[in-house]
This record gives sequence, structure tokens and C-alpha cells, in this order.
Amino acid sequence: MSAPQPPHAPIQAVVIGCSAGGLEVLRMILPALPDDFPVPIMVVAHVGAASGGYLEDAIRRDCKMPVVEAEERQPVTPGIIHVAPPDYHLMVEADHTFSVSTDPKVHNARPSIDVLLISAAEAWGSGLAAVLLTGANADGADGMAAVKAAGGVCLVQDPATAFASEMPTAAIARGAVDRILVPGRFAPVLAALCNPSRTAELP
Amino acid sequence: MPWRSNSIHSIELDLVLDVLARRHGYDFRGYARASLKRRVSGLAHKLGCATIAELVPRILYDDALLPEVLAGLSVPVTEMFRDPQVFKGIRDQIAPVLATYPRINIWQAGCATGEEVYSLAILLAEAGLLSKTQIYATDINDMALAKAEEGIFPVKTIEKYSENYLKAGGTKALASYFSLGYGYAKIDSAIKDRISFAHHNLVSDGVFCEVNLVVCRNVLIYFDRHLQDRVLGLFDSTLSRSGFLCLGTKENVAFTPAAARFAPVDAPLRLYKKLAESP
Repeated sequence: MSAPQPPHAPIQAVVIGCSAGGLEVLRMILPALPDDFPVPIMVVAHVGAASGGYLEDAIRRDCKMPVVEAEERQPVTPGIIHVAPPDYHLMVEADHTFSVSTDPKVHNARPSIDVLLISAAEAWGSGLAAVLLTGANADGADGMAAVKAAGGVCLVQDPATAFASEMPTAAIARGAVDRILVPGRFAPVLAALCNPSRTAELP
Repeated sequence: MPWRSNSIHSIELDLVLDVLARRHGYDFRGYARASLKRRVSGLAHKLGCATIAELVPRILYDDALLPEVLAGLSVPVTEMFRDPQVFKGIRDQIAPVLATYPRINIWQAGCATGEEVYSLAILLAEAGLLSKTQIYATDINDMALAKAEEGIFPVKTIEKYSENYLKAGGTKALASYFSLGYGYAKIDSAIKDRISFAHHNLVSDGVFCEVNLVVCRNVLIYFDRHLQDRVLGLFDSTLSRSGFLCLGTKENVAFTPAAARFAPVDAPLRLYKKLAESP
């Protein structure tokens, strides 16, 4: 007889990665999060090297949560959406501060979703929720596998709803997935995962 | 390389860093951990090690491996005129001050494969200052230094850098500073002759001359706060009165006591000026 699965430990941080077509999905998910969202959110989106500030502006427009560019040595702060700066990899140190690097591109991307996810998996272990959305390459799959191995929660966009299905499909193929969701479901699931008192609301 | 628990990974990393410091005198223990861990993992993978710990005997007993290890840990990635607005800022805000000096000394700390120091030299040539300038370009990575000193780049990359060069305020064609052939571009000796390349370790080496400008971009991001503070102190010591400092545009020195010795000239571009000694 198998023991009933214990409820997952409360989530302490969320990482969201996306590429082609990701902005539209981010603009469905992030504005739907409440202004008292209790944990930090980090966003890595593949954008051009010269697109300084464009992504934050596009996200900030409708968000209740504050949106800032992640800055090296700054603490990862609850209730804030931190966006990876263009043309740098973003990482999290063990003391939950950001660091950045100009190391080579990973999956032809800088910032790379894998790079942030692998460091965040080490920093938060089972306290991390990772979200992988639409995208046209395999960045993120190694990272999701690291999150899963560390006991974190992996949420992947339903490839059938993705502008580009390769990225979510690659993570699913790796088995690095706990739930496959349509865009409209991410906000309520994240809110429930991060606020155990609302676990009953988990759909 | 498979994911391992935080503690095992950290122990393995500590072992490697310990061997490098105690056996070879290269101390990476003050480097920021997250990117160092990635680089060490990458190095282990490249050298055919199944675990990071397998690097330990290799580094301990095989001295010939050291250059490759140092190259792997410093992973040089540079471009010409990366962040063109910074080079424009140096041209517009710093070069006019340098122009008033009879001789100009510049130190680029962490020159990697040379793209940035050649960009700087080209900028100075166009400002009419290169003939009275001596640039010292240093790095910890001898393999990168050798490449920098060659000054040979694929023609394709020069084409790619041309756009940045023009955005930086370049007044000619970037290719005019190179001789082209066989798909490669070699930097002109008129540019190269003003640059001395040398091995220097920011962790352990000291000041070697007085300079009017220090350029050190995207190097401090790899250091922890303590090491960042030491290095900024080193820059303070090496800079002449009112000397200039140029850091990377995403570098944050807000947590470093030594940063108080510098005043911003252009904060978004990370251009600073050394403050006068307090009496």
C-alpha cells in the first residue's frame, strides 16, 4: 500500500522561462497574479541583445506586481517580478542574491533559461516552482530536469496551445513535468502553490 | 553532467578550488559561486570527467593541464565595441580630458582575447590620442592572451562588429584597421604596437604602474563582494589623480566599501572618476 502523497512544501520562488511567442503568454499569466503574491518571480525570455527595457515595459503595463530588471548582488525579493537583463546570463547564488555572467550562449541564448533554472534549483531545492512556456528551441529542458531532481515543481505550457511547441515538448520528453497547463491556468495554480492556505483552491 | 545535490556539488567544487589554490597558487575561492560552478562543470565535461571530483587528481598531478584549466575557468567571451554607447561615452566624456595630458597610460584588466582592447585603441586613434598612449592589457588566461596578442579575427566577426563600431561613433570603416586575407582579419600594427599584453591575476597581483584610465568590464561580476572590494582598491591605487574607471554596464558596486573612492561621471555607462584623497 502506498502512502498518501504528502502535500508539497510551500513554494518560495518562481522562475518562468519562454522564447518565441512568450510575451503574449506572460501577459496572460503575470497580470492575473494578485498584488500580494507572496514569493519572488524571475522571468527569462529570449530577446535581442539590444532590447534594453522593452520586455519589462511590455510586462509592467498590466501587472499588479512591481516589475524590475534583475540586478547583480541584489536580493531576490518576494512580491517582485525580476526580469533577466538582455545579453547576460542570470543566476541565483546560495544566499538568494542575483549574479550575472557574460559566459557563452547556451542553446544559442543569453540569457539562457537552463542557466537560471539550474542555479535556482540549487538555491531553493524543493521550494522552487518552474514554469516553461512556448519556445522554438530546447533551452529550459535541462533546467526543468534539475528543478525536478531537486524536488521542485515543474509546470509546462500545453504544447498544443503554444506558438512554438518545441520548448515545452522537450521538457515533457525529459519527464521534467508535474503539470501541463493551458495559459489561463498558470496564475491560479501558482497562487495556490505559493500560498498553502489556499491549497484547497488548487484545481 | 547529471544534477547532484547542492551539498555534494559544493564539496566537489571546494576540493577543486583548494587544489588550484594550494598546488598552483591560483585562488578562485573569492569568485561568485554560481557561474564558477557552471564553468567547473563544463571543464570536467570537456576533460572527460564523469564528476567534478575527478578533476582533483588531474589538476593535482598533471601540471601541463594548468593552462587549459585556467582557460576553462575564465571562459573569455568578448566582442568589439560591445555596448557601443559606453565607447561613445569614453570618446565624448573621457577622451577630451585625456587629451590634455602629455602622455596617457591605460590598463585594461581582463582583456580576454583582445576584442575590447583593440576597440579602445581604435577609439583613441580616431580621437588623435593613440600615438601618445600606452595600453597595458592583462589577463589571468595565457591561452586567451596569446590569442589577443595575435590580433587575428574571422572576417565574419568584423562585419558583425561594424554596426557596433558605427553606433560607438566610429568615423571610418572598421575593416580599415585590419589587413584582410584567407577569411581572416589582422589588426594593423599601428594599433597593436601601442598595447602591451601581460599576465596579471587580480586576485593576487598588485599595482604595476600609474594609469589615467582603468577599463575592467564584466570581470567584477565573477567576483564575490570581498574580492570585488580588493580589486576596486587596486584600481584606486593604480589610478593617477582624477583618473577614470570604466566598469561593465550591469555591474553593481553599491555593496562595496571601496566604491566610495569613486564618483560617477556617467552612472548608467558605469564611468567613474577617482576622488581626491581625503586630507
